[in-house]
Formats: sequence, structure tokens, C-alpha cells
Amino acid sequence: MKHIVYIYYIYIKQLSMVMQMNIILSNASNDPIYVQITQQIRSLILNGTLSSGEPLPSIRQLAKDLQISVITTKRAYEELEKEGLIDSVVGKGSFVTGINADFVREQRMKRLEQQMLAVIKEGKALRLSLVEIQQHIQLLYEEGDMDT
Amino acid sequence: MNDIIKLNNVSKQYKLFSIEPLSCTFKQGYITGLIGPNGAGKTTLIKMIMGITRPGTGEITIFGQSQSLQEAEIKQQIGFVSDECHYYEHLSIQSMKNIIAPFYKKWDDNAFSRLLDRFELSPKMKIRSLSKGMKMKLGLAFALSHHADLLIMDEPTAGLDPVFRRELLDLLAEIMLDERKSIVFSTHITTDLDRIADYIAFLHHGRLVFNESKEQIQERYVLVKGPLSLLEAPSVNAVFIGVRESLVGFEGLTDRGHEIAAIVGTSAQLSRPTLEDIMYFTARGGKSHAAAIT
Repeated sequence: MKHIVYIYYIYIKQLSMVMQMNIILSNASNDPIYVQITQQIRSLILNGTLSSGEPLPSIRQLAKDLQISVITTKRAYEELEKEGLIDSVVGKGSFVTGINADFVREQRMKRLEQQMLAVIKEGKALRLSLVEIQQHIQLLYEEGDMDT
Repeated sequence: MNDIIKLNNVSKQYKLFSIEPLSCTFKQGYITGLIGPNGAGKTTLIKMIMGITRPGTGEITIFGQSQSLQEAEIKQQIGFVSDECHYYEHLSIQSMKNIIAPFYKKWDDNAFSRLLDRFELSPKMKIRSLSKGMKMKLGLAFALSHHADLLIMDEPTAGLDPVFRRELLDLLAEIMLDERKSIVFSTHITTDLDRIADYIAFLHHGRLVFNESKEQIQERYVLVKGPLSLLEAPSVNAVFIGVRESLVGFEGLTDRGHEIAAIVGTSAQLSRPTLEDIMYFTARGGKSHAAAIT
């Protein structure tokens, strides 16, 4: 009986994992595959979809599911480890670390900054002035307010 | 990381073709793709690893054992799929299995039946009546039915339809869930490898161009597209392995990925090459002109 309960628990655990972890890779993207995986798992962790202590699929399982090479998934996990978002224990797999709210915020601010830089770069390419970009952002910001 | 296959100064001389002395290793727990144009020496290399032809010089070590001294033991642990069908055409799959099975200590009848089911083959089918793709599937079923730790395949995806090719990649990924297993296969359909291979060994004219992880290759090689005027500077021209020029610009491959952006400046567009791009530009080398120019 114990066995059945245990298997059922794993089943639930896996089922919930499948539902929670959507990773969608694009060949058209300029980002390398491992960056795409890192970004998506990172945002799943930062937005709370994956919570502290939650197991991630093994490197080999993820490679199989995404039909990509083991080295690629390994690299993605290594990046996440470096950022302190996940922990890998030999023989047990990888887990989401318990990160504090400040850290999450800091990480998200960093990412926001990068996106802003991209906007500025694109704006410069279109020969927009700083004021024009600011106005544009303000417009969109206010539109967003009306939506909500 | 352990080496599953180790080649040390291996060479082979034929009258019209030779493999230059090459040394490389294939890693345990990973998929290594052997690529190269037709006649690059892929099959010769695989035949030497399998002991079907003897190398002229050098030493091959598999599972840490000498290939020439312990061939029989080594082969117990290898599943091999040849690019030719070497089974007895007049036999049924069942009778062929009865011949092959006793050679292997760890032959697994259940695994074999499961694979036949999966590949939609019946044991009663005569081998003669099988299509090219079906023969390839049969070869795979034989190769995967004795719990081999190393799977070696010569052009396994040739002759397979795209649907089964994808299924095969799934099957290979399933095998790779076990980190003790290794796979080496040759192909010139490089899109298969773009997806799942960990390491790529590139043979050209009997020489090894590189044997590296796909990640490293993708970082080092860059595909550059830009205006023809850019090529006029010798310092720019020199960085390309191969260039294809046309009236509307050029396309070139370089392996100096880290410095290329600084060299060509902003007038060129940089992108990640596919393995096919790398193979194409390396094989043709130098400058080539699109037909439109003449």
C-alpha cells in the first residue's frame, strides 16, 4: 500500500511539474538555445510559478523532452546555478533554491535595465530623441493604466 | 569525463584515398556526430573503429581496451548499424535473429520484440521484402537488443522518412537518459545533429577539421553577410574560411567569432551558422562565385 501511495505522489508531482514548466524554444530567435532555457526557467522562478525547493527535471530528461543536446541543458542549468536560482545535488538532481524577495527584485531590475537598453538602442537606430522616447513610454504607460 | 573511444595517430592508406594520421576521443554519456561530405572518410573511420578494416598505423582504444587485442569482448558491448544491409536476404527476421542472438551474452529477446513492435516490423517478414528504411529499422533493432553501452551507426538516417527520423532522434534521446551510454553516428543530414548532438567531429578529405562540443563550435564560427566592398580590405578577406560572392553581396564563414564584430564593423550582419553552413564553406574553401556573375 505504501508503494502505491508513493507512486501516486510521484505521479502527482510529475503531473504538476509538467503543467508548471512550459519551455518553448524558438529556432528563429537570435538567442542561443541555452539562453532561451535559462531565461524561461528564471522567469518561472522569479514570478513564483516554480517555488523554493521544487525539483527541476534532470538534465538528461529535459534534453530528451526538448530534443536538444545534453550539453545545452547542462549549460542552461549551470547558468542558473551561477545566478543562485537553482541548486544541483549530485545524485539527487536540481532544485529551486529559497531566494529572498530583495534578490528577486534585484534580478528583475537588472533584466528590466537590459530591456530598457534595448529600447534605447532601437530608438537611436530610428533617430528618436530622448524626449521622444520618454513621451512614447509615458503614452504607453498611461494606456496600460486605463486597461487595468 | 571518460573517453569511450580513443584514436591515437590512426591512419589508413588506400590507392586513391587516405585517412591522415588523426587523434581524437569520443566522450562517454554523449552523442557524437561524425559529419563530412561524401568521401570524407566517415565510413572508413567507423570501419576501423569496428575492426572491419585495420588501420595502417595507430592504436584504437574502446572502453579502455585495445581494439586489436580485445575485439571480441569489446564488441559484446557495441551495437552497430551499418549503412549497408548485411543480413541474409532470403531469411525471415525471426530466423535471422536466431543466427545473431547466440553471439551476444546479453541478448534480450523481449527487448527485440518490443523494438520490432515499435518499428512496425513483424518477425515473419522476409528480409528481402523490406524497404531501405525498414532494413535500417531492423538493423537498429538488432543493435539495441543486447544492452550495448556504445551505439555506433553509419548513416542511420539516410533512407528514412522525416517522421521516423524524428522518432529515431527520440529513441536516441531515450538511450541517453542513462549517462553510461554513448552514441556515435555519421550523417550528412546535419539538421538531425543540430538538434541532439553534443559533440561534432568533422572530417574532410581524410583529415579531422575539428572535434568539439556543438556549443563551442557555435561560438567560434560566425556567418557574415555584407556588401562586397568589405572584402576589398585584405585584413577582412583573410579572416574567412570560405566566401560566396554574388552581385548583391557576400556570405562568408569565419572561425574567429570573438573578434569578427570588431573587424567587419557595423556594415555586416552576423549570424549563427548551421552545421551545414560550416560544412559547405569549409569543404568549398576559398572564394566561390554565385553562377549569376558569369
